[in-house]
Formats: sequence, C-alpha cells, structure tokens
Amino acid sequence: MSEHDRPVLALRGVGFDYGAHRVLDGLDLEVARGELVVCVGPSGCGKSTLLALLGGHLAPTRGTIDRVGQCRTIYQDGGLFPWLTVRDNLATGVPTTIPLAERAAKVAHWLAIIGLRDFADHFPHQLSGGMRQRVELGRALAGETDLLLCDEPFSALDYQTRMKMRRELVTTLATTPRTVVFVTHDIEEAVQLADRVVVLGDRPTRIRTTLPLPLARPRLPAAPGVAQAEQTILDELGLS
Amino acid sequence: MRRVLLPLVTGGALLAIWAIASAADAFPTGTVPGPGEVATAFWGELATGRLLEDAIASLYRVAWGFVGATITAVPLGLLIGRSLTTRAAILPWINFFRSLSPIAWIPFAIVWFGVGDPPAIFLIFIATFFQIVVATAAAAAAVPEVYYRVARDLGYDRQKTLFDVTLNAILPQLLTALRIAIGVAWMVVVAAEMIAVRSGLGYLIVDARNGLRMDLVVVGMIAIGLIGIGLDAGFARLARHPSLRWGSAR
Repeated sequence: MSEHDRPVLALRGVGFDYGAHRVLDGLDLEVARGELVVCVGPSGCGKSTLLALLGGHLAPTRGTIDRVGQCRTIYQDGGLFPWLTVRDNLATGVPTTIPLAERAAKVAHWLAIIGLRDFADHFPHQLSGGMRQRVELGRALAGETDLLLCDEPFSALDYQTRMKMRRELVTTLATTPRTVVFVTHDIEEAVQLADRVVVLGDRPTRIRTTLPLPLARPRLPAAPGVAQAEQTILDELGLS
Repeated sequence: MRRVLLPLVTGGALLAIWAIASAADAFPTGTVPGPGEVATAFWGELATGRLLEDAIASLYRVAWGFVGATITAVPLGLLIGRSLTTRAAILPWINFFRSLSPIAWIPFAIVWFGVGDPPAIFLIFIATFFQIVVATAAAAAAVPEVYYRVARDLGYDRQKTLFDVTLNAILPQLLTALRIAIGVAWMVVVAAEMIAVRSGLGYLIVDARNGLRMDLVVVGMIAIGLIGIGLDAGFARLARHPSLRWGSAR
C-alpha cells in the first residue's frame, strides 16, 4: 500500500476514561485522504474528547490511534490568540519551514481567501463571531497539514452566518483539499458537509452507525437527499 | 473634557471649604495650616530643591524594591500557576507571608540592613513580592487550555509557549496587579522613610512634624498624592495598549 492510499487516520478499539467514568469505548474508524468525515452526536457524548484524542492532546486509555502527518484543530470559540492581530494570528499558522521572506505572501494569500484583507490589523475582540471563525479556519489551513480537525467551529454563530460558513468551508476545501474530521451536534450541518457521517451515541459513546453521503454539493437544507439523510440520523439517535 | 474638568471642580470646592474654614479660625491654633501657608511652604520647598530631592529619593527606593519584586515574583508566580506540585508546596506559604503587614518586618529590616536605602527597599520588596506572586499565579492558572492546544498544534516548544502564549495571556491581569502593587509600594516607602532614613517624602513629613511645621506635613502629603496619581496613571496608560485591550474588552 502506497503512502497515499494509507488512511490518514486509523482508530482501533479506542476508548477513553475520565477517572472511573468511561466516556468513549470501542471506536473503530478509518479516514481516507481527502475525505470529510463528520461525527455527529448529542451534547456531552464526548465529541470534544474524541477530537482531543485525534489531535494528540489526550492519549487513549485503550486502543490505538495512527495518524499520518501533522494536524490542526479549529475550535468552537476563543482559539485565536487575542493579543495578536488577524494578520499575526494567521502568521502563527504558517509553517516555520517556509522561508521568512515568503511568509508575508502566504499570510496575504490566506487573508484574501478568508475575505478579511480590510481587517488584517484588527484584534479578534474587534471582529464578529463569524469573522473570528474565518480567521481560525485560515490559520488552520495555512499550516498545510494533512489533517484538519473541527470542534463545532460554527456552533457559536447565528444561523445565517453558520450557513454561510459551511458554504465557505466547502468552497475553500474544493480549492485546497484536506482530510477533515468535523464534530458537531448539528445534524443538518453534518449532512450538508460530510462525505460520510459517523453517528455517535450511547454511554460510553460508541459508533452507532456510519452513513456515506455521495450527494452533490452545495446541499441546500430542503434538497431531497439531504432531508432523507437527516431523517436517517434522527432515527438512529432515537429522536424521530 | 469631563475627565479633566470635573476633578478640577471638586478639587476647587474642597480648596474653598478649606480656605473658608481656616479664614474663620474653625480649627484650634496649630492643628490645621491654611492653604496660603501650605502654598508658601510648597514653593519654598520647590525653590530650594528639597522637595524634588526627597521625591527622587523615594522614587529611587520604590523603583528598586518594586522592580526587584517584579522580576523575582513573576517567574515564581508562573511556576506556581502552571505546576500543581509547586502550587501545593509553595502557595500556602506565599499566602502566609502575604498576610503579614510589611510593618511587621521593620525590626528585621533594620537589624539586617541597618539604615539608609537598603531597609526601605527591602520593605517595599516584601510588601509587593507576595502580592505579585499570587496575582501572577492566579492569572497563569486561568489561561484557557485551548491556547496551549493551539500552541502544540503550531509546534511551539516550551520556551516559545511560555513567552508567546502564557506571558501574553496573563499580561492584562499582570499589569493590573503591578498597578496595585506600585500603589502599595508608594505607601510603604513613606512608612519606611519614617524609620530608617534621613531623606525622602516620608522623612520630610516626620522631620516637619518634629519641627511642628504642619504646613510642611501637608506639602509632603500633597507631593505623595500627586506622584501616586502619576504612577497609577502610567500603569493605566500601559493597559490601554492595543495588544492588551482585549483583557478589558471581553
């Protein structure tokens, strides 16, 4: 198997305990290069713990996680350094392996992609929630890492901004492909974004089902395949 | 405009009450000097240069004690804030010493350092060191974990994480703590100068009292208050720097 065909991420029998409290158990999952996998599950089911494991910030209590290359995480809110401007926050994302002379050009490139050229010298607290998440996205993508982890990056935003950000994520990923693992409690979001939806549930949290979504993009909420997939997930979570 | 004008108006009103009361002989003789006497004494002290000399002597002691406390307390505070073991071992003792009034250290200050600048500097150090340690530790312990996760993702090593993340993250709170500490230092230097030295604004007051020059006592008090306001305003201005404003904007 060539390096390219190897899964970017492979979990085998992964479990995690907080003390005596069993949070995650028996997780098996492989994520292929370029795939966008969305893990959906109810609040408090251990989604953020799962991402912390995938990002290497926590070590699994049981099982193994194999990760190819480096990864970056986009957090729900407050992951930007508040003491740095938008430009400087983006600059922290540019790999240090890139020569200093070329880094400014990289930063300018990502500023343009996230549409915040006019806000380059603003501090995060001077931006709207949607703008901040765009900076987070830009900083993470600027790392040119193999894997992008998203921890409910849009859930602190209002509905309209959320819809817009999802579309932006899809278009940005179309031009700069990445392997993405995205966790959310939002079923609509999962169906709009995913190549494959992983439905989490029960306690300790396991994978209930995996649902491939070979639907065309963009996926409007009212499109037939979208509504049907949402119904399937709701059924699976026992919410229908 | 309001921030400049209003304090001047209230100050003028207080001055007027003082002038009227003293013109009406409302105070027993020799207890409260009138504004005229104080103004004359003030210009006299300014003209001889003694007021400036005393102010510089006091500021010199505050600078040494305060800077010494800051450069030793901040690293210790960071260590306590970021390491649970260090916190458990040291923090109770920091709190123990923090509860001791700096005045309690006066006997040791004199026995260990004799007279002159060193005992005063020591007292300022003692008065501010423990406070800055506790404030730094509390700020460092409260840095959101997400910054450290981001730093790890970005490949920061320990040193870069300390300087680029922890220090920046605590800076707004640290500046507030230093602002409070410099106020304490300024109060303590006056007390210290009443004991162990023969210069400074605290000594000016004791010396004036010994000569029953209540007008000079007030001159000393005015100088202390004005410099105190100035020091505080300096730190307040630092905290308004654009890269620090996030600390108060949240």
